[in-house]
Amino acid sequence: MILLTRKADFSAAHFYWNPALSDEENQRIFGKCANRNGHGHNYTLEVTVAGEIDPISGFVVDLKLLKDILEREVVSVYDHRHLNIEVPEFADTIPTTENIAIAIWRRLEGKIPHARLHRVRVYEMPDLFADFYGEA
Amino acid sequence: MKAHLSRRYHLSASHRLHSELYTAEQNRETFGKCNNPHGHGHNYIVEITVSGQVDPATGMVVNLGDLDGFAQEKLLARFDHTNLNLDPAFRDLVPTTENLTIVVQQIFSGFSHARLERVAIEETGNNSFELMSV
Repeated sequence: MILLTRKADFSAAHFYWNPALSDEENQRIFGKCANRNGHGHNYTLEVTVAGEIDPISGFVVDLKLLKDILEREVVSVYDHRHLNIEVPEFADTIPTTENIAIAIWRRLEGKIPHARLHRVRVYEMPDLFADFYGEA
Repeated sequence: MKAHLSRRYHLSASHRLHSELYTAEQNRETFGKCNNPHGHGHNYIVEITVSGQVDPATGMVVNLGDLDGFAQEKLLARFDHTNLNLDPAFRDLVPTTENLTIVVQQIFSGFSHARLERVAIEETGNNSFELMSV
């Protein structure tokens, strides 16, 4: 078994707000991120898959195919979008880095042939990132 | 859903690798340039990984303000722009980055808002050290 990681970038706007909480609680918990006019980041996505090396091609998964899947399933939906407003899974879920990693896992699960999704890592910025391993 | 969150903190500090158990010659042999009596320094990057259930109300494993506040008080205020050899933790311990990683793991074991999974420290861009929680 070998792990293979592919990166992709997307830039998006978001804000953190839980409508079940008061304005004061939202401000206290989310601080600057609660500004409902939104703000944005250059996100970096790292998708790691696990699989066996095909003896003929020497690949775990064709990188071009993986790149196309990331583009189709994630980047084309998230890039240069407002996550809260334009991406359906964040209509009722706060687009924190943790939740973005979980949402991307759900978008990719079962879509990558010949390999198993191992980890989704999302960098909100170089010094902050979340990992999701598909754990309950 | 369980997720991991990692945060990187930057701290600059000086140190000298020197053991009282070695002779001067053994210290020079073992630690080389790092045994320079006047010390030298690095821009360390401390990467802290914590895990936990994503809180449905906040979408977070841990409130970043809590983690940053803890790091500021317990890590950065203590070590940033200091001489590591003068810290009580290194009175009898050579301040290698291996030992710094152990000390930082002990510090963050006291962070109560999420489970500490991993401490990794880059001493330079070319070497790094990590400890996984058991």
